[in-house]
Amino acid sequence: MRQIHTDRIIDAVKQAAMAANYELGQDLWAALARGEREEESPAGREIFRQLLENARIAREERIPLCQDCGLAVIFAEVGQDVHIVGGDFAAALQEGVRRGYGEGYLRKSLCHPLTRKNTGDNTPAVIHTEIVPGDGLTLMVVPKGGGSENMSKLFMLKPAEGWAGIRERVVATVAEAGPNPCPPIIVGVGLGGNFERAAYLAKKSLLRELGAPNPDPELAALEAELWDAVNSLGIGPMGLGGRFTALGVHVLMQPCHIASLPVAVNIQCHASRHREVVL
Amino acid sequence: MTDAVKLLPPLTDADVLRLTAGDAVLVSGVLYTARDAAHKRLMDLLAAGQPLPVDLQGQILYYVGPSPAPPGRVIGAAGPTTASRMDAYTPTLLGLGLKAMIGKGKRSAEVLAALQSHRAVYLGATGGAGALISRCIREARVVAFPDLGPEAVHRLVVEDFPAIVINDCHGGDLYEEGRRRYARPA
Repeated sequence: MRQIHTDRIIDAVKQAAMAANYELGQDLWAALARGEREEESPAGREIFRQLLENARIAREERIPLCQDCGLAVIFAEVGQDVHIVGGDFAAALQEGVRRGYGEGYLRKSLCHPLTRKNTGDNTPAVIHTEIVPGDGLTLMVVPKGGGSENMSKLFMLKPAEGWAGIRERVVATVAEAGPNPCPPIIVGVGLGGNFERAAYLAKKSLLRELGAPNPDPELAALEAELWDAVNSLGIGPMGLGGRFTALGVHVLMQPCHIASLPVAVNIQCHASRHREVVL
Repeated sequence: MTDAVKLLPPLTDADVLRLTAGDAVLVSGVLYTARDAAHKRLMDLLAAGQPLPVDLQGQILYYVGPSPAPPGRVIGAAGPTTASRMDAYTPTLLGLGLKAMIGKGKRSAEVLAALQSHRAVYLGATGGAGALISRCIREARVVAFPDLGPEAVHRLVVEDFPAIVINDCHGGDLYEEGRRRYARPA
């Protein structure tokens, strides 16, 4: 059985948290560059120009792209033939977040829900662990900003509402969010599952490479229809008016109960930060 | 974009009256930062009849909670946060002479009405451009509520801080106008 020491896990999470906050992914660079070329609104083009310059400064000077360095979400895929040694796995993930946010000069944005007292080290991270075949360990570290998360919604629709109902809720969620979640946004849609699974699917859909087509042709067509619908709203970059309200719409789907039609809409700002490490 | 209007706080009624939704502005001088936790403290001081730690007459509030300054830098990333969380407190502060706020996202009907009655403006900065905006910030120091950490009130000295007028004091609303201009039937 392959052994992985928690020290490696701590260091991997620390480095990923820092890199995710300083370096925009290549897919996002390409999407912002396309926006700068194609956006019709002059104010919108100026926003794209600023965002590209911002990404260059953050990468070169190793400072965060955005002061909201997010709540750290970690998707862990643990091979069933891996033996983790040296300590508690979840504690190692939390320690990695603690060190990354501390040593990386990242903002600590977590607090007690009622007293609002800051936890001081950006923990606890939200961890989703899945056991998968093989002897690998994959960690996806996702700093998720509060402004876009606040505009996200979950709907338990009647099955009779069908696709029209789903489409209406997705568009209404983006319309209501307007300028608040820092458009151009990425819209993650989770269809099916149950109450919590729909939200999980919506979040997970955001991790797919931006601009890459959905491997399922049925979902790819639904994504294209939703993308056109939200970009017809006219909200535009930063809500100043324009064509690019969203850089993309991603959908993940799984079967649901015969009585249910859960739909989750997770809104992601243009600073879509995530970093994968394979150990 | 059209030539930017230079804004040098403290602002007067005349400075505000000439601004129209959609105008690009460049702010140079002092900004005070505050997020919702700091606003709550300001309200508590007012309720207790205590003086505020800063005189807001003619000033600009910037809604930001910067990331920590790495060694050798004045401040970390410092872009705007969502303004609507401050809406409940804003009319009171406008009544104390506050002239402008910089943030991102929609304001409430009450705030929009108060902008007109108090002759004040709401400016939008580019959300998520925290690294870029940090370059305009020349000085930063905490002037109130240090226990709030990133949410403490900071006094910033900025140079050519770029923003755009979202809501002017004449009822203009760039979010509404921009969306109307580019909306099309789905």
